[in-house]
Amino acid sequence: MSYLEFLAEFGPRFVDGSVVTAMQTVLAAALAIAIAVAMGLMRLSRSVPVRWFATVYIEIFRGTSLLVQLYWIFFVLPLFGISLEKFTAGFVAVGMNLGAYGAELVRGAILSVPKGQWEAALALNMSPAKRMIRVIFPQAFLNMLPPWGNLLIELLKGTALVSLISVADLMFESKQINSTTFLSAQAFGTALVIYYVMSRFVITPFMRWLERVMARKMGRA
Amino acid sequence: MFDWRWDFTFEILPRLLLATVNTLMAAGAGYAIAVVLGLVLALAQRTPYRALTYAVRELVEFIRSTPLVLQIFFVFYVGPQFGIRLAPWTAGMIAIGLHYAAYLSEVYRGGLESVPKGQWEASLALNLSPARTYFRIIIPQALPPSLAGMGNYLVGIFKDTPMLSVIGVAELMHTANAIGSESYRFLEPYTLVGVIFLAISLPTAALIRVFEAWVRRQLGMS
Amino acid sequence: MTKETLSDFPLELEGADVPMVRFSKVTKRYGDLTVLDSLDLDVAEGEMVTIIGPSGSGKTTVLRMLMTLETINEGVIYVDGKPLTHMPGNGGLVPADNRYLRKMRANIGMCFQHFNLFPHMTAIENCMEGPVHVLGLPKREARERSEELLEMVGMADKRDQHPSRLSGGQQQRVAIARALAMRPKVMLFDEVTSALDPEVIGEVTNVIRRLVAEHNLTMLMVTHQMGFAKDISDRVCFFFGGRIEEQGKPEDLFGNPQRERTQQFLSAVKEAS
Ligand SMILES: Nc1ncnc2c1ncn2[C@@H]1O[C@H](COP(=O)(O)OP(=O)(O)OP(=O)(O)O)[C@@H](O)[C@H]1O
Ligand SMILES: [Mg+2]
Repeated sequence: MSYLEFLAEFGPRFVDGSVVTAMQTVLAAALAIAIAVAMGLMRLSRSVPVRWFATVYIEIFRGTSLLVQLYWIFFVLPLFGISLEKFTAGFVAVGMNLGAYGAELVRGAILSVPKGQWEAALALNMSPAKRMIRVIFPQAFLNMLPPWGNLLIELLKGTALVSLISVADLMFESKQINSTTFLSAQAFGTALVIYYVMSRFVITPFMRWLERVMARKMGRA
Repeated sequence: MFDWRWDFTFEILPRLLLATVNTLMAAGAGYAIAVVLGLVLALAQRTPYRALTYAVRELVEFIRSTPLVLQIFFVFYVGPQFGIRLAPWTAGMIAIGLHYAAYLSEVYRGGLESVPKGQWEASLALNLSPARTYFRIIIPQALPPSLAGMGNYLVGIFKDTPMLSVIGVAELMHTANAIGSESYRFLEPYTLVGVIFLAISLPTAALIRVFEAWVRRQLGMS
Repeated sequence: MTKETLSDFPLELEGADVPMVRFSKVTKRYGDLTVLDSLDLDVAEGEMVTIIGPSGSGKTTVLRMLMTLETINEGVIYVDGKPLTHMPGNGGLVPADNRYLRKMRANIGMCFQHFNLFPHMTAIENCMEGPVHVLGLPKREARERSEELLEMVGMADKRDQHPSRLSGGQQQRVAIARALAMRPKVMLFDEVTSALDPEVIGEVTNVIRRLVAEHNLTMLMVTHQMGFAKDISDRVCFFFGGRIEEQGKPEDLFGNPQRERTQQFLSAVKEAS
């Protein structure tokens, strides 16, 4: 079977898998961003229990493996009465895991805003919430965009693990195709290339574009 | 926790601890490969040969932007298609070593670039050989700024070893899966695996920070 | 560097008065910018030549080309009668290979504006590095030589300190000892006092004064300290726009400059100080 014939026969399945991978990535990214902002801010809270909670969350999710977390969420959580469907369990695990890494980026970016900005906001008598939303966070946001680009690629790669709980993503499809055809180089090679294209030619340019747009918006271009 | 069974916990703990040894060996061997191969990849991008630089750069980008678990499958299954059988351990070490070599090459590259240009010029003015310049002057200075990244990836490779279970390397995750399918109990094995990972990765991360400070002091650069 | 064979330059300088350094029609460009324009400059053995001139006039570039840190676009540099970055071949001069370059480089030592000491080595280790690993001296001999030189620059008591523990003036003195430990025939000093606090400049210039007085080294120095240049130079070259605008004995060039640009430069410097 030539590679073209291979593509003609299995192309649609690669497409289906890619769509699932893309959906997992988008949903997991949304969750990761929400968790990262929440945990990052909580890490900077003045309340000890709040800070402590965020620290424990971050250390647990960064200290263990995504695969362990995925299995735990999918196989163990039901024992506690929380049954997630495999598709949901997949992006929830990925999002919660990468969210913990993102929290550190959020925290670092907020701390990197010069002290003068905090003081100027205080001098304008802004409330702490206003100060954060109007002054600090926008500047921090710009600072953390580049590392978020890398994190999103890690996230995309992380979604490949959901195939192990049988979510029919790109990884899953390539494994299935491999086990019926034994054309491993074609099956896995094609999937590798698709992941590469998604990282290098979708996520990276998107983040670059976002960086440019935001920089211009904030007068730093 | 209502359903937690301690007798079962103690029954499976020895098996899991034994598997932990395998996990640590996998992480150690993979990291050893990555440390050396990563340096090769980093130095290969500093030769005067443009084409080589470009090819290695693309390879590194490719490895870094595709999933490790897929790379593990690729290395394990593609060999037999062309008549090369790799044992799961071998395939796993190649895949994970290569994956992290790509990451470490970026760490080294950053470290090398952080060495001031004047150090190269002084080495040339003293007529030091290129090898001597690299190994005695540049790399020792590139090392301290690389240590944090190297440490992160040591912990990172350890946390990625569960992926080796997909091709049957008998590390922690593989053992936990086996226990689960024998006993139909998932709570204890998966939770224990998580706890073991935490118990190793958190202290390791702390130790690495101490080590980093120590190296800086040893090199008289703090 | 010129890739083709140069045929209108001698393969070697011969005769009684062969200079230690000769720049022969040397041109250096960065893209469209011509930094040195067909420069001719001879430095005799044991001579101390100081280069002065406005910023960007190409002073540093002269030294860096002599140290082979920069390539040459046109012309040939001779050191001790032999071409520096070319070697005989193909019936003329061809670009030198690495082996030839390393052999020629052994003639030259350089001190940098920012010292460039190796931060992970102590003062004496910095000095011993070259003698042991380039010249292949036994450790003991290299140590003796280095201690002597550190003694001469007044840094013997700090020999086991890392550079981060030394002041700028002290680092620069160690850097001078390190360069001298290689026994070069030509020493280059590029604004070695420019990065120093005013109160420690003297300790470095005094070392150079001693070198001039006690050793028969050939030296090329770039400096902005006119008084110092006047004191110790055998000859001063005023650079302007990549050429030597005027040169002569220090008392002539400083006391009675002929060219208008030299006069302007010197009076501007005088006003600033
Ligand atoms: N790597 C380079 N690329 C492009 N231009 C350069 C480079 N190095 C030097 N130049 C240019 O060459 C010219 C001469 O530089 P050089 O460093 O020799 O000046 P200088 O006389 O030492 O000046 P200064 O007194 O400021 O040290 C300057 O215009 C400089 O901008
Ligand atoms: Mg200069």
